[in-house]
Amino acid sequence: MSFTKLLLIWPGSPVLSMLIWIVVMVVLLYLARTPAHRAIHSLARVIHNGFRLMSRSVMFAEEKLAQRNKEVSLCAGIESVERLIEREFYRVDAVVKRDLSGYPTLHRALSDQTTKIDEDYRESSETPPPPPGWVGAVEAVANLPNQGDGTVANILNEIHKTTVSQYKTTLEEHRKNVAVRHNLLKKMMPYWRRMAQTLEQVGKTITGLHERARVIDNRMAEYEEIREQTDKAARMLTASSLTQFFISGFVLLIAIGGAVINFNLIALPMSEMVGGGSYIGNFKTANVAALVIILVEVAMGLYLMESLRITRLFPIIGQMDDKMRTRMIWVSFSILFILAGVESALAFMRDQIAADMQALRHSLAAVEATGVAVNSWIPTVGQMVLGFVLPFALTFVAIPLESFVQSSRTVLGVAAVALLRWLAFSLRLLGNVSRYCGELLVNIYDLFIFPPLWVENLIRDKKQPTEIIIEEEVS
Amino acid sequence: MKKYLALILVLLPFLWGCPDTTSHSRGVYMLLDTSGTYKKELKRAEAIINYLLGTLQPGDSMAVARIDSGSFSEKDIVAKMTFDTRPSVANQQKRLFKQKIDNFVHTAKGSAYTDITGGVLQSVEFLNEAGAGQKYILIFSDLKEELVKGHIRDFPIQMDGCNVVALNVTKLRSDNVDPREYYKRVADWQARIEAGGGTWRVVNDLERLESIFEG
Repeated sequence: MSFTKLLLIWPGSPVLSMLIWIVVMVVLLYLARTPAHRAIHSLARVIHNGFRLMSRSVMFAEEKLAQRNKEVSLCAGIESVERLIEREFYRVDAVVKRDLSGYPTLHRALSDQTTKIDEDYRESSETPPPPPGWVGAVEAVANLPNQGDGTVANILNEIHKTTVSQYKTTLEEHRKNVAVRHNLLKKMMPYWRRMAQTLEQVGKTITGLHERARVIDNRMAEYEEIREQTDKAARMLTASSLTQFFISGFVLLIAIGGAVINFNLIALPMSEMVGGGSYIGNFKTANVAALVIILVEVAMGLYLMESLRITRLFPIIGQMDDKMRTRMIWVSFSILFILAGVESALAFMRDQIAADMQALRHSLAAVEATGVAVNSWIPTVGQMVLGFVLPFALTFVAIPLESFVQSSRTVLGVAAVALLRWLAFSLRLLGNVSRYCGELLVNIYDLFIFPPLWVENLIRDKKQPTEIIIEEEVS
Repeated sequence: MKKYLALILVLLPFLWGCPDTTSHSRGVYMLLDTSGTYKKELKRAEAIINYLLGTLQPGDSMAVARIDSGSFSEKDIVAKMTFDTRPSVANQQKRLFKQKIDNFVHTAKGSAYTDITGGVLQSVEFLNEAGAGQKYILIFSDLKEELVKGHIRDFPIQMDGCNVVALNVTKLRSDNVDPREYYKRVADWQARIEAGGGTWRVVNDLERLESIFEG
């Protein structure tokens, strides 16, 4: 007996059979209504609670990650400000050593100049001419009454003449003295100028120091704010990290461009050294060798920058004693120099091989080389110079790389926080959706069994007024 | 000290790296039909060989052989070479190869019969010996085989991994009368090559030679 035949309760009338089945189903569903509702509600609650729990866990993780991000930002900020302050102090130290270490000498020079000026000034001071002693005698003689005595008149005339000549002599002498004093004052001028310059220089140094001190003050204020772990400081540091991330990323892209050019310069001639037919995996050995050379150059650049204490990617190098660090500088620089030389030679070789290949292609295509020959040494020299310079240029990759690595910690943390927040929101949303889906299922369930529910409501409505009347009568 | 030595010995194979045993080189064997009127087409064949010489890389192998009355012989190989891995040396070898082909084109004599199957057998042998990763057999012929009486060639050929490219398959006068002959000839060769485990292509447009290695 097939399943279809089994379903046919009323043989020969499938519609009637179907109606009977529907009635049976509705009745069964009506009878199972309360436990079915409970089951649906329970299921919805389980799913809702599960999602809510997951969301809470994710939120907790997000909070922890945000806290960790804040700590990372603040630590990085503290380190950065400490470095800046350290640099400022170094600069102040350099200024003090350079300019103020010579202060005793300067002081002596100033003192000498002052003494010299003082001496000159003393010499140039105007000495009043000695008071003429004979002036009183002249006055006395002049006051003698002229009684027409010719002898007296003659004497007086002689005295007058002598006085006038004496006066002229004295005046000339006085003028001479004044001219000498003026000359002395004139000689003082360069000393004054020199002294002014020296003082100006001292003033500049002091102003520079003052500015440095102001910068240090600002940095210290920033440092204190970070130490207090304020939200403002954390926000500022995060924003700064984002900027650093994008800028350093951009510079790294430029560096990658340089590395690609470098790679193309040495890949072809490397095949002359390691063979063009061998492979490592799916990559030509020559290409891998060229890449390794470039990577070694970048590594040497990193070591050099670390040894020079420009970057701080490897603390162990920074912690080395100065002697060892200097050795490391020389070793890494020497290797870099040798590699740059090798690259330059390879660039030359590349030019030769390319020219040979070009000649071969011409001969294969039966084309005669025509036209004006371009100066072949220009590209050759250009390539060689490029091959020599690029390794040193790649050395500076260390600086943006350090910024990128440090800022990426914060940026990745921020991105992870955003992701977790979004995940928590989605989980909460799913939890709520599942709860309301439970409600919806309950309503859909009731919709299937609406005829018995309607009858039930009718009966309840009929019963209710009677019960109310009975209750009223009782009361 | 012994401990360090042992450690170095253990690490040495890893430091040495895993050598790649897969061959990435290409092997090209070109068969030139020198029978009857097809000898006139040798200039075209020379242009194709020049293209191949310009395209093949250091480490690749190339051979050019003629198809004559009995082609299953080393004597029919005009030039064969495995290019050095150094580009400069490979360029010199290519120049030498070209010189040999130029001489052959100028001195080639027409043959009475066309033993294509023999040439294909010889090419498979060469390519397998060369150990090429990608094997190409280029047949520059009208694909009409004419064998000396007594030569047996109607047996399956083992051509695993070989890419066979028929170049410049010219239509014969009889093909013009009944084109079905041409299609049958091409289809027969295709069936034979594919039955042997190889792939089959026809390139008649010699302006697009780059399609030889596209397959």
